[in-house]
Amino acid sequence: MTVAPKREDYDVVVIGAGPAGLAAAATSAEAGLSTLLLDENIGPGGQVFRAISSTPVTDRNQLGADYWVGADLVQALRASNAEVIHRATVWSLDRNLDIAVSIGGASAFVKAKRVILATGALERPFPIPGWTLPGVMTAGAAQTMLKSSALVPDGRTVIAGQGPLLWLLAAQILRLGGRIDRILDTTERGNYFAALPHAFAFLTSPYFAKGLSMMREVKAKVQVVSGVTELAASGDGQLAGVSYVAGGKRDTIPADLLLLHQGVVPNVNLAMSAGIEHRWDDLQLCWSPVLDASCGSSVAGIAIAGDGAGIGGANAAVVRGRIAARAAVEALAPAAAAKLAPMATLRSDLAKAERGRLFLDTLFRPAPQFRIPSGDTIVCRCEEVTAKDVLDSVAIGATGPNQLKAYRRTGMGPCQGRLCGLTVTELMAQARGKTPQEIGYYRLRAPVKPITLAELAAVPKSEADVKAVVRG
Amino acid sequence: MSQNVDAIVVGGGIHGCSTTLHLCLAGLKPVLIEKDYAGRHASGVNAGGVRQLARHIPEIPLSIRSMGIWEKINDLLDDDCSFESYGQVLVAENEEELAVCRARVAELNALGFTHEELIDAAELRRLVPAVAETCPGGVVSRRDGAANPAQTTTAFRRKAQQLGATVREGVAATNIRYSGGLWHVDVGSESFAAPVLVNAAGAWAGKIASDLGEPVPVETVAPMLMITSRVPHFIDPVVILRGRKLSFKQFKNGTVLIGGGHLATPYQDRNETVLDWKSLATSAQTVFELFPVMRSATIVRAWAGIEAKMKDDIPVFGPSSRHKGLYHQFGFSLHGFQLGPGAGAVMAELIVNGGTQTRVSDLGIDRFHPSTL
Repeated sequence: MTVAPKREDYDVVVIGAGPAGLAAAATSAEAGLSTLLLDENIGPGGQVFRAISSTPVTDRNQLGADYWVGADLVQALRASNAEVIHRATVWSLDRNLDIAVSIGGASAFVKAKRVILATGALERPFPIPGWTLPGVMTAGAAQTMLKSSALVPDGRTVIAGQGPLLWLLAAQILRLGGRIDRILDTTERGNYFAALPHAFAFLTSPYFAKGLSMMREVKAKVQVVSGVTELAASGDGQLAGVSYVAGGKRDTIPADLLLLHQGVVPNVNLAMSAGIEHRWDDLQLCWSPVLDASCGSSVAGIAIAGDGAGIGGANAAVVRGRIAARAAVEALAPAAAAKLAPMATLRSDLAKAERGRLFLDTLFRPAPQFRIPSGDTIVCRCEEVTAKDVLDSVAIGATGPNQLKAYRRTGMGPCQGRLCGLTVTELMAQARGKTPQEIGYYRLRAPVKPITLAELAAVPKSEADVKAVVRG
Repeated sequence: MSQNVDAIVVGGGIHGCSTTLHLCLAGLKPVLIEKDYAGRHASGVNAGGVRQLARHIPEIPLSIRSMGIWEKINDLLDDDCSFESYGQVLVAENEEELAVCRARVAELNALGFTHEELIDAAELRRLVPAVAETCPGGVVSRRDGAANPAQTTTAFRRKAQQLGATVREGVAATNIRYSGGLWHVDVGSESFAAPVLVNAAGAWAGKIASDLGEPVPVETVAPMLMITSRVPHFIDPVVILRGRKLSFKQFKNGTVLIGGGHLATPYQDRNETVLDWKSLATSAQTVFELFPVMRSATIVRAWAGIEAKMKDDIPVFGPSSRHKGLYHQFGFSLHGFQLGPGAGAVMAELIVNGGTQTRVSDLGIDRFHPSTL
């Protein structure tokens, strides 16, 4: 069944039904604003609460208590008057707050007075030799299968990388009876010392106890190799082995599945395509939107909440969603704002939710050799461009990612730079002795997700154009 | 303290870059000033059509001159610019349109131009097998083709630099003034002086001309393009329609570029454009009707480049009618890319020799301002 938006204009359109979007839409609708929530997935939850309404995993311990928090958010949304459409892919948003959305193969246009982007995070590219081989996938993709379908790996499985989600996934796989042969931890040893000054805040944060017990749970069942400084996948047309160096010693282990993960970064494509200003975050090593204290962006009327605003985790995402929605309510229906939690309370909730973040960001800052590849390692999967190709182009005059397109077509494939953008920026910055901020990023354009020509052909045309056609 | 050079070229589009290169070839030391980077706007993001077909008659001589350079572009630039020549075909969708085509070709022939050739339904089908059965014919220009615009503009800039041009990118030319027999231009903390100034600033050129007392009827536009995912090879020539706004080109890698001149809203000061999806939908519908093979292809990206469009759709090209040493090269009105190589060569001749064998007299700014020189 295809459900088109009921109206052409809304007070608030929220894009994305993860923690931030769920909270934002519920808040906005509760305050009486006409609210539309558009979400790409088949049900609410985003990635962190994926399949929250439908997961076949019913033993609550297996996915953990944090996961089931999502159920309350969904309930609050359902109790509100927000209009919710799933399988709705927003493919264009511009500074006039015009939105194009594809729902069940048909596109519709809606206009908003306020837009709240809650498009979440993406996994950071992990461009090691062999990362494009079949049999190598991201931990996030594995987690999607686990949450939606209770599927876990049963072949020889290696997990490599670092970060809280890596340990969470490992624990979830083990609880569901999946197989993990080895975990290769790429956390840089120096990061432990760098993170130390921020440890106090972390010790008092909710992450600490949970993180520690999860790592203990995993380490009891799986061999964990720490201090991995080199990593490569190999195989002839299919993953056969993973080789690595740890403590100066090289080892190769046979594997059918390699799950890679080195943290998440904001999913900036829709925000950037709308012309929102972003800056390079040198701690999180990614682009983050420039936002005011109410999550408002450089484009009037567009706010960004959740991990798309800078990685902060699910708890922070919920609060940011409420802050962005409250700001919209204050602007559009000031009287109704009195019913909502005061901004000061929300901001102190946010500070609490973000406690410990600095520690995590410092500890799990990925090492340069896993972010900036060399030689024949593929950078751009869509166009099969290697690190050497990029460096060769720099040598003959490519100065930034957009100029590079003229030489190598990087970022011009269907993924629109999602899988190569950060790598290209950092690689070019290193080669040219510039900062990533100076090097810049791809100019992103709609459609941020591909739509078929037939679908575009079927949308209603503007009157002027119909006339132009008739006139010839 | 100004640095003295032989010429100052403002604007790093294909025109500014080409003129800079040809000035170098003539032995001059020019400086090229580009506020963003070479090929940032229309020159780098246009459809890449290398087209003599369906041009305004006043610019045909320049277009023909340019075609000769395109065909040897690798010799000039050490870069093939991904130029390929499978012709361009203008499709008539009905008999009335074909009649207009017939009259056009006859008119050109009477003027001595033979590059456009009337074709019947059979030849159209041979050239463009995927086109709808109902189209009765059209016009072909067989030497035409397409190139990669960003690659081409970049190659012109690179070659000019290799031959000794000074290139300043990322800083705008400001405080343009004439004193002591020289043009002076500030570029950030630097300043250049030269007897010759070329205004090739694209969408920003109208303001420069106007500031120098030569306003012209020009507007800033942003024609939109979109590109599809890869589809199996089905077409070689570039196709344009007689009656509807559409141009269509499949690249070697299978992607298909769809254009035709529907306009986005330009925000010139911010280097930004806002796309008009309802107009792009019109293009999509036209493709849907004419090329059934394209129906399931996906659109992966759409964009628009900012450029100058003259009210009469003809560029401003040649010496100023008021100032000694000032030359204009702008207002190419959505069809300047193919002209770039030739226009640079002719401009260098005008500057160095004071004249050219290529007929460009109909393109001068003196059509708006009678010369006072």
